[in-house]
Amino acid sequence: MDYVWAFVVGGGICVIGQILFDIFKLTPAHVMSSFVVAGAVLDGFDIYDKLIEFAGAGATVPITSFGHSLLHGAMEQAEENGFMGIAMGIFHLTSVGIASAILFGFLVAVIFKPKG
Amino acid sequence: MSEKFNQQQYDKTVKEYQPKPSLIGNCLRAFLVGGSICLLGQFLTGLYMDLFNMTEREAGNPTVTTLILLSALLTGFGVYDKIAQFAGAGSAVPVTGFANSITSAALEHKSEGLVLGVATNLFKLAGSVIVFGVVAAYIVGIIRYVFQAIM
Repeated sequence: MDYVWAFVVGGGICVIGQILFDIFKLTPAHVMSSFVVAGAVLDGFDIYDKLIEFAGAGATVPITSFGHSLLHGAMEQAEENGFMGIAMGIFHLTSVGIASAILFGFLVAVIFKPKG
Repeated sequence: MSEKFNQQQYDKTVKEYQPKPSLIGNCLRAFLVGGSICLLGQFLTGLYMDLFNMTEREAGNPTVTTLILLSALLTGFGVYDKIAQFAGAGSAVPVTGFANSITSAALEHKSEGLVLGVATNLFKLAGSVIVFGVVAAYIVGIIRYVFQAIM
């Protein structure tokens, strides 16, 4: 069942993105930025955690989980270190994604030739 | 006045000849491809949980790393752009789309050199995601912090 819900919820989030593309004529950058903000706001109300519990990778793979992880890291550090913890922890959980995207993106750009 | 009229007529004429994108078809393709990428993520999470005795949360990091590596490689081979043409938001919304935007921006500017081309343009498209994400998380974080302090 985990796999079914991951597929359905992950696909559903992408459909929302497609509707924003087609009906509201937003660019991919606008949609991705909106989704990250939405993920942070939903996590602010503890809703996104419930979605992850329910859908697993269906909720962690879409870019909305980036906003959720930003806030989650910030709140974890804020509990330990007070107000400054928000800034200390904001990249705490997302650094894996950002660091690997920079590393692999750079390496691929160095090795491969641009196409088209 | 006549200029405005022409503008309206032009818009009307152009609209007739534009291909009408089928919203349902686009959504179906986005659903299938986006769902499949998440399914792959769920499969990888299960694999890492079994292989390394990780909890589901711990397995999230290697899962994201694997997906980003796959996406960067597929972008290098020119395959991801083909998937994106078919899937629309289905390939843009998952974290693989984030990696694709970084890799493709870097590749596109390779001819300008490693420093001014690749490194400078790496976050050309993905930068907005990080900026808006951090600003939103910071603001929501402050609100939550203040609320927790009051309660």
